[in-house]
Amino acid sequence: MDCNTGAFPNLFVTGLILGMLYALIALGYTMVYGVLKLINFAHDAIFMIGAASIFYLFGVWFGLNEPTGGVVLVSLIAVGFLVSGLASGGSAVLLERLAYRPLRRRGAARLSFLIAAVGASFFITYLFQQDFLLGTSEHNFPGFMATESALTIIGAQVNNRRVLAVLTAVALFLILDFFVNKTRSGRSIRAVAQDIDAARLMGVNVDRVVALTFFVGGFFGGIAGFLYGMVFSKVAWNLGFFPGIKAFTAAVLGGIGNVRGALLGGVTLGLVENLSTLCIGAEWKNPIAFSVLVLVLIFRPTGILGEGLSAR
Amino acid sequence: MAKILEAENVTKQFGGLTAVNDVSLYIDEGEIFGLIGPNGAGKTTFFNAITGLYPPTRGAIKLLGQSMVGRKPHDITAAGVCRTFQQIRLFPNMSVFENVMIGADARGKSGLLASVFKTPSNRKEQEATEKKSLELLNFCGIERFGNELARNLSYGDQRRLEIARALGTGPKLLLLDEPAAGMNPVEKNGLRELVRKIRDQGVTILLIEHDMKVVMGLSDRVAVLDHGEKIAEGKPEAVQKDPKVVEAYLGSGAGGAAATSTDGKTAPSGTMDRT
Repeated sequence: MDCNTGAFPNLFVTGLILGMLYALIALGYTMVYGVLKLINFAHDAIFMIGAASIFYLFGVWFGLNEPTGGVVLVSLIAVGFLVSGLASGGSAVLLERLAYRPLRRRGAARLSFLIAAVGASFFITYLFQQDFLLGTSEHNFPGFMATESALTIIGAQVNNRRVLAVLTAVALFLILDFFVNKTRSGRSIRAVAQDIDAARLMGVNVDRVVALTFFVGGFFGGIAGFLYGMVFSKVAWNLGFFPGIKAFTAAVLGGIGNVRGALLGGVTLGLVENLSTLCIGAEWKNPIAFSVLVLVLIFRPTGILGEGLSAR
Repeated sequence: MAKILEAENVTKQFGGLTAVNDVSLYIDEGEIFGLIGPNGAGKTTFFNAITGLYPPTRGAIKLLGQSMVGRKPHDITAAGVCRTFQQIRLFPNMSVFENVMIGADARGKSGLLASVFKTPSNRKEQEATEKKSLELLNFCGIERFGNELARNLSYGDQRRLEIARALGTGPKLLLLDEPAAGMNPVEKNGLRELVRKIRDQGVTILLIEHDMKVVMGLSDRVAVLDHGEKIAEGKPEAVQKDPKVVEAYLGSGAGGAAATSTDGKTAPSGTMDRT
């Protein structure tokens, strides 16, 4: 086989960064699965809403398309995190309230949830494809942060947007770990994940915990949308399609329901799909990623770290 | 004495199956009340009706005069009813301490933001919760396992942890579903002592138990369910001698009173008890 080893540093770094973003999105799938045993296939649309909210706020309303710096830039990024997180987190809570809670009340079969999830994904995605929202064309991400080379890792140039993405993802994982393992709310999320009826009978308000889980997963997904849009400098109605399905793959790979599994699965998938292009054409990236999903499902359906939000 | 629990004509049907049929009973504050009956008699279904997990099809359930029917399980817990499970249902991958904290959390008031940002009032509440949880571990004699995962405890200690966790919610009425199941004689003695100690703290106890020595030794009054119907109620000594009770346990003819129908005996048993 003809391998282009010179490309290794670049592919490795790209894989790592993309993997961190997959991991961040995967959290939404994995946390919801942890508490409800439901694959929220609409999470790809929730992710896209995060990027779209920044496009509207910064791009359309405030026209922040010129590079900024210093305090202004830092504040814009902070506001961006908050807005994208709240937009997606709020949408996820609304989705749960409108699409899933009625099904839960009726004790619907799992298949009904799955169909509702896929339906919701299409609904939101194509809603944003309408002309009064994003429309069919791709937009540039608001250019308030100039792209400039920030540092060099093992010979690969990494620009500032990518550095921001990775640092944010790492910080968010640390925050989530603390939240799940050390706070009262995290404790009730774990309790619901381990035994929903027992939790109910020990006084846990399950509806509130479910809403909280959707919010947290959506919040992180929204920030991931913001970062993804920034790194690839685009926003579009179908932005969530590939990242969404790959993050789902990452969640399954690491062990769905498992927070640390999402991180491991995301980084592994990002590296595998990028490093595979060392030896074969880049057009094989997506087939490779989905082969990983199929292989995991065949040989280790519980993923690398096993299922369970509680398994730590 | 005030009645802590009143059940009036409680009926629970699953499809065409009547698991609990027109059961009425009351429990006085501070009592230990035993609920016995053969497997599939509807005892656990009755528990599920009280705690709101499977609300009754008909009938009223009142806690200190307040209706509990139609309220959500976590509201009923907050009102002062908590239970343990026949098949142990701890949070297996949480520490013993955290299991009790979940129960104790139910009493806290602070919301999400306060718990993330650790506001002073939240910190105070957390400290109180932690203190309460530690006390309960001590009270139930499992303090040395505080940091152990719940699933690593012995069977008897898991049963104790179930009780500690339920006590964490601050119940006025504690429902124990076969707490002595699978315990050895030494553990059973310890359990009896613990149940009395809990009652002495002012908690009323409703006890489902198959071990006659345990249930008859502990209970102030006993009710007997058979095929979802209450067939007897009263002091343990009197109930034990009741011919209908003897028949329910030993089959028709054994007690000499074979007057009641025998066709009911073919009703599915064992499964209802677990729903």
